[in-house]
Amino acid sequence: MEEMLYSSAHEMIFGFAKKPVTVANGLTFGKGKVVPEVNFTLPPMDLAHENVPEIRERFKDIAHRIMERCVELQQEEVVIEFEHLFDMTERPDFGAQLTKDLKEVIEKYRQSHGTKAALRVTVADIRDRTRPPRMRSGKEIETMLRSFELCADAGADILSIESTGGKEISDNALMIGDVEGLLFALGVLGPRDMDFLWREIVSIARRYDVVPGGDTACGFANTAMQLAHQGLLPKVLAAVVRLMSAPRSLAAVEVGAVGPLKDCGYENPVIKAITGVPISMEGKTSACAHSSPLGNIAAAVCDLWSNESVQDVKLLSGNTPEVFTEMLIYDCRLMNTAIEEGRAEILRDLMVDSDRFLDPQALILDPKVMYEAARVIVNAGEDKFKQAVAVSRYAHGVVKEAEATNKIRLRGVEAKWLEKIGKILEHLPEEEEEFYASVKARYEGHFIPEEYGLN
Amino acid sequence: MGTLEKLRDALIEGKVEEVKHYTQQALDENTPAKTILDQGLIAGMDVVGVRFKEGEYFLPEVLLCAKAMHAGLDLLKPLLVGESGQSAGTVVLGTVKGDLHDIGKRIVKAMLEGAGYEVIDIGVDVDAEKFVESVRKHKPLVLGMSALLTTTMRYMKTVIDALQNEGIRDKVKIIVGGAPVNEEFAKSVGADGYAPNASEAVDLVKRLTAA
Repeated sequence: MEEMLYSSAHEMIFGFAKKPVTVANGLTFGKGKVVPEVNFTLPPMDLAHENVPEIRERFKDIAHRIMERCVELQQEEVVIEFEHLFDMTERPDFGAQLTKDLKEVIEKYRQSHGTKAALRVTVADIRDRTRPPRMRSGKEIETMLRSFELCADAGADILSIESTGGKEISDNALMIGDVEGLLFALGVLGPRDMDFLWREIVSIARRYDVVPGGDTACGFANTAMQLAHQGLLPKVLAAVVRLMSAPRSLAAVEVGAVGPLKDCGYENPVIKAITGVPISMEGKTSACAHSSPLGNIAAAVCDLWSNESVQDVKLLSGNTPEVFTEMLIYDCRLMNTAIEEGRAEILRDLMVDSDRFLDPQALILDPKVMYEAARVIVNAGEDKFKQAVAVSRYAHGVVKEAEATNKIRLRGVEAKWLEKIGKILEHLPEEEEEFYASVKARYEGHFIPEEYGLN
Repeated sequence: MGTLEKLRDALIEGKVEEVKHYTQQALDENTPAKTILDQGLIAGMDVVGVRFKEGEYFLPEVLLCAKAMHAGLDLLKPLLVGESGQSAGTVVLGTVKGDLHDIGKRIVKAMLEGAGYEVIDIGVDVDAEKFVESVRKHKPLVLGMSALLTTTMRYMKTVIDALQNEGIRDKVKIIVGGAPVNEEFAKSVGADGYAPNASEAVDLVKRLTAA
């Protein structure tokens, strides 16, 4: 990407994307409305073959309840995300059957109530089972691609994944605070895998005339955020990792993904700024899955608003999928009313201001920071390693400046880490080849170079 | 400041080479290995544990200190044969079948190793047969199972039943953890304990192995 589709951060706002995306039933994303995206998972039950009939009934029932709540609240547009559990990808027919079941419910409500619903199917990355993983060879990738294909054929409108290329390095790197390891995972291995994997996904999507949505760095940026939340990692490192992951996720769009990008890693605004694709984000309504310091600010430039994932359990007012559908609907209704009344910028700025100085991770999610991060990536050229290094340095600089000007307060131990991260980033080799040569021996045995097209 | 104090402080700072140096120096000064272990290495790790709980240290610092401790311990081990300074015991850890989540288990492993346990990580997507085989083979004091999915947590019961059927359930303490798991669930599947995070998992293992 040599240019940015947005000319300023101010131009970026929720509900509007420069390149809106329309699915088969006419539902459009990024063209003046924020659409709720509901993600659910099963309650405690196992996925054995003998339980498939029960699981299918449960899925249909959940979809009915979600759609019914949309009808009750006069919500005419919604996305249901079907995020595979591992067995649902491992057994492609199983995942496809559930896709078909969900689509039938959606279609029923289109016919009976005119509700426009799209089905996003997020296939599980089962390559992560073995360490070191085989990313391009072996049965796992074949099974995953088969799963994408069957789900596309069974009624998916949007294909997505939270792919794991580089995770075999980043897991340990996060644990020991190894910034170079994180860069190796997110700036070298991840982009290579994204390029390989997303060419395949885009090809399948085109064959079945469905939308190749996008990928998110869940296992990297979200994991870092969760470790920081538990006091295991400094928040400043999680903030840097968030932007470090953006070049890797951008790679999907560079080979044909068109959005809506998938929520979870929170890096999407950077990619929207560069490419103009619509994005899904999650914030306060994902507290069902995990805590975050990004509850409001995450919505500032979203096109879809998600709850991450909620397990289907009973509450006083109903079960959680429909309860979270309702919460998402009200969030979206507020944003869409602000758009209609010409007050969207006010709401966006309030959402940003309410969070941004309370945590370095929120500071990074400020659309102005995200926009400038996008510019840094574009200016770094095509090389993903250079992009990752440049945007990491930028993230570090943003937090450092905010601390120096007393806009955010960092505990002493966080400030020490910020200093440490800065020094590491400062002294990195500038070229990927040199960097790879310097770290290859350190990570030998933990990854298979050939599986990433490396020597 | 005496050698043992210097050793303790070096460990608290995670200085691997200094820990090795002061451990050797203490040995050269004819300090008994057990004393070096207790008043140098373990005393240092106790401070590290407190700093972690108080938010002064993050996991990377704890792991670095643990690495330093092991560097010192390697020098002491030949002299500690027969004494209680050897491994605190063996723990087997695995993520249950159908679940590929790994990092939480790895953090528990690292923290347990820091506390002196020998930990055998049998991986992710582990079926009951492999858990049984590992208990037979490694004879751990504790077996830890992890699950991050509502659809895999129940497999913990399958594993415990398998151990029961093989007649080895009583040979090992079983602990469980992961986002969807809680104390009540742990009791319902017949586990001996539940920990909500890695730090408490270490405390739990200590309690169970002290019994």
